[in-house]
Amino acid sequence: MQYLWRTPGSRTAPEEASPIGPPPLEIRGLTVAYHRRPVLWNVDYAAPPGGLIAVVGPNGAGKSTLIKACLGLVPRVSGAVEVFGRPIAKQRRLIGYVPQRESVDWDFPVSALDVVAMGRYGKIGWFRPVTRAHKEAALHALERVGMADFAKRQIGQLSGGQQQRVFLARALAQEAQLYFMDEPFAGVDAATERAVLQVLRDLDAAGRTVICVHHDLQTVSDYFDHALLLNTRVVAQGPVGRVMTPDLLSRTYGGRPMPAPAAVEAS
Amino acid sequence: MMDEALRILTFQSGFNSAVVVAGTAALGLAGGTVGTFLLLRRRALVSDALSHATLPGIAVAFLAGAALGLPERSLPLLLAGAVVSGVAGLLTVQLLSRFTRLTEDSAIGAVLSVFFGLGVVLLSVIQNLELGGQAGLKTFILGQTAAMAQGEAIAIGLLAAGAALAVALLFKELRVLAFDPGFAAVQGWPVGALDLVLMGLATFVTVIGLQTVGLILVVALLIIPPAAARFWTDRLPALTVAAAVIGALSGWLGATLSALFPKLPAGAVIVLVAGGFFLVSFLFAPARGLVAAALRQGRLRLSFAERRALTDRLAGRPVEGAMALWLRLRGYARNGALTPAGRGAALAAERDRRLWERFLADYPALLPAHANWGVDPIDSVLPGDMVRLLEERSTPS
Repeated sequence: MQYLWRTPGSRTAPEEASPIGPPPLEIRGLTVAYHRRPVLWNVDYAAPPGGLIAVVGPNGAGKSTLIKACLGLVPRVSGAVEVFGRPIAKQRRLIGYVPQRESVDWDFPVSALDVVAMGRYGKIGWFRPVTRAHKEAALHALERVGMADFAKRQIGQLSGGQQQRVFLARALAQEAQLYFMDEPFAGVDAATERAVLQVLRDLDAAGRTVICVHHDLQTVSDYFDHALLLNTRVVAQGPVGRVMTPDLLSRTYGGRPMPAPAAVEAS
Repeated sequence: MMDEALRILTFQSGFNSAVVVAGTAALGLAGGTVGTFLLLRRRALVSDALSHATLPGIAVAFLAGAALGLPERSLPLLLAGAVVSGVAGLLTVQLLSRFTRLTEDSAIGAVLSVFFGLGVVLLSVIQNLELGGQAGLKTFILGQTAAMAQGEAIAIGLLAAGAALAVALLFKELRVLAFDPGFAAVQGWPVGALDLVLMGLATFVTVIGLQTVGLILVVALLIIPPAAARFWTDRLPALTVAAAVIGALSGWLGATLSALFPKLPAGAVIVLVAGGFFLVSFLFAPARGLVAAALRQGRLRLSFAERRALTDRLAGRPVEGAMALWLRLRGYARNGALTPAGRGAALAAERDRRLWERFLADYPALLPAHANWGVDPIDSVLPGDMVRLLEERSTPS
């Protein structure tokens, strides 16, 4: 994959200006605190255009908070976030979002298709109902995750993995350029894992950028091109081959020596 | 008596009572519609705090009207007072749960009782003043349809229809707000403003319902119809309509009953009717009702026990007790042996068990896709070629 790897520091140098415009996501000096305790500390990051990026770090490292702060779902103490060179509030249409599955009530009275159609709401606009064309787009998104047969099912009757795929389909229905996904592989069955991975690869092939909180160190290098190692601050960032090293991982996971990813026991 | 009830129900008992009944039905309709989203957004109890918090505002507005020398109690002024103190109560709940360590339910409990207590104190002060018209204030606590003037009933009906219309217009926005506010925010919907609109509509229904249902019980019009409707459907549009219908029916029947028995507090009667709808839904709704669930569970247990008994019999093991009787009743067994029909059923049950066992061993990942695996006959759940495949692999040796 050919792209221009830029760090925030080199951003101003004109000879290094990217020929394909501003990066999909640029974070500068982002700090987030709950009450008075910082959860993210002075995070700088520029995502390379097109590519699958894993956000990796121990529990409580601020991985989900990073995504939520980028999306404006938790207040920032300081820092700026830009999407394709403009503040995120102006770029909503370019963003797709897969929240954690536990974040909603699955007994809610909607079908799988209803949920996926929510991905189209941004394109539909105020007061208008969901038209047939948008429902078809939603159904197509369900097909892409292998869930078309379950379109009419109430979401509470789906298995955990199927619910995860519904969330993924909803993000696909957004037809975004930049996707944020919070643990899409967490607690899913093998079929869902394959479906999610296939969708990630399709998005990558279509030139989209996906930023994915990921908890399974073993699969980071197989599934993703880049990794952002996070533990309150950015420990390392770059292509997986360069950053998924025992040394950097041990620094991310609290300074204890860590075995190489291949040797990590499945937990 | 029955004649009179029928006349009121069918709007033939004079224009005034017809208007009151129709106005109350519209109130129930609005309560069900707005309440559906309050329930789904988990704001039902907040609206209880809101309605109790209206009392001090009503009292203060009454005093202000008297001080200004208004000739009699002015309903718009009283309701304006209700809105102001209701919203103040709402904001207090928000502030308490946001900026202190109190959870929302304790904040609601504190605000609800303190505001209501303040209102009761003010009311008893008012009772001892040398003023006219204070007797009417009591109707705000328990409600009284008889107190409703014709113009007020028409106004309530129109306003309630307006609230229901607002929900219809914002249907899609409220749906995503209630299901996944985070996602809605990322998509650019003003989540805070939408929540404000929803609470505003709840305030609206509460305030126009104050006189009829009374502030203690008005929250029931927001909560009970959607809660009852939830037993009947899994689809939001149907749920909203069902809640609106249950609310409207409760208002209609309740207002009729309270016209027949003017001594009973109207609010309580309306709420009891709504409660009746809830009870019926809770017990008898086809998919989610208690009776249906018990029957389903019972049938499932019986079907497992029956198949177990049949295969036992087939293998020559004895079957005793109630199950033996059941097999005889079903015509599966006679004189301690299987009938031809029983033998057929036993062979089918044995084959189902064998094939499901095979399926479970070979394709554990496919299980979640088949909701009734292991329960229904395998041929009606799995595709034919899959069943043939399992058949080949599990031929008994």
